[in-house]
Amino acid sequence: MTLSFLLLAAIAILGAAAAMNLKSAVHCVLALTLGMVGLAALYLQLGAQFVGLTQLLVYVGAVAILAVFAIMLTRSRTGETVAHGSASSRISGALTALLVFAVLAWAIFTGVSPQPLSGAQPEASVREVGVALMQRFVLPLEIIGVLLTAALVGAGVLAIEEKGGDR
Amino acid sequence: MSPLSGYLLLSALLFSLGLSGALTRRNAILVLIGIELMLNAANLNFIAFWRYGPHPEMLTGVMFVIFSIGIAAAEAAVGLSIIVAAYRHFRTTDLDKINFLKG
Repeated sequence: MTLSFLLLAAIAILGAAAAMNLKSAVHCVLALTLGMVGLAALYLQLGAQFVGLTQLLVYVGAVAILAVFAIMLTRSRTGETVAHGSASSRISGALTALLVFAVLAWAIFTGVSPQPLSGAQPEASVREVGVALMQRFVLPLEIIGVLLTAALVGAGVLAIEEKGGDR
Repeated sequence: MSPLSGYLLLSALLFSLGLSGALTRRNAILVLIGIELMLNAANLNFIAFWRYGPHPEMLTGVMFVIFSIGIAAAEAAVGLSIIVAAYRHFRTTDLDKINFLKG
């Protein structure tokens, strides 16, 4: 439980909590970006360099910009604010989330590890991850490439305006 | 409290925050953001277990998270384009008003 962990955890939680509670949708995405930066720093602190940098590139770079674009494209002309649902749905949603957290925390505190925790910092340099991706995990890598291509084409097809549509 | 439970607790908190957002927000884009948050909480669990578990040299947790991030990116792109397409039809992204699938 080091100071750096507490600090980064505070940043991640602050960003996530703000992303779920702010009124304006653009502010929500910006707060989410802050939370993702905190998470990426946590990955780096845990020794997973490649994952931390990927997290920065994908979430802070791509997904945040994509979400802002979607918000800009779907902003209603009347200028209505992004409201929460009715009071009852807010309370029941928050209660459900609280219940889930309580169960998870109970499991974390009462669970016992079958193996002793390793204390040494494992080595996972970008080089080792690259070698593993090209040897042991080459088939999943190819499949994810195909998946991403299909998703790209599919997203483009979905977002293309229908010609002659009646809206 | 071991360092591992600290990370697990943080991950549980992020998951619950994302769940509360996905359940209470009415804007489709913000619901998607809540789901992304839940996914990232799961990724943090993988990395924490990889770091403190046995055999970290196998890199299994790291690989799982890399593929999970790739799938999350595809999911975000397709989800947002579906929202844009639905907005074009309904003129809103309010989930209470988008209540049928027929185009």
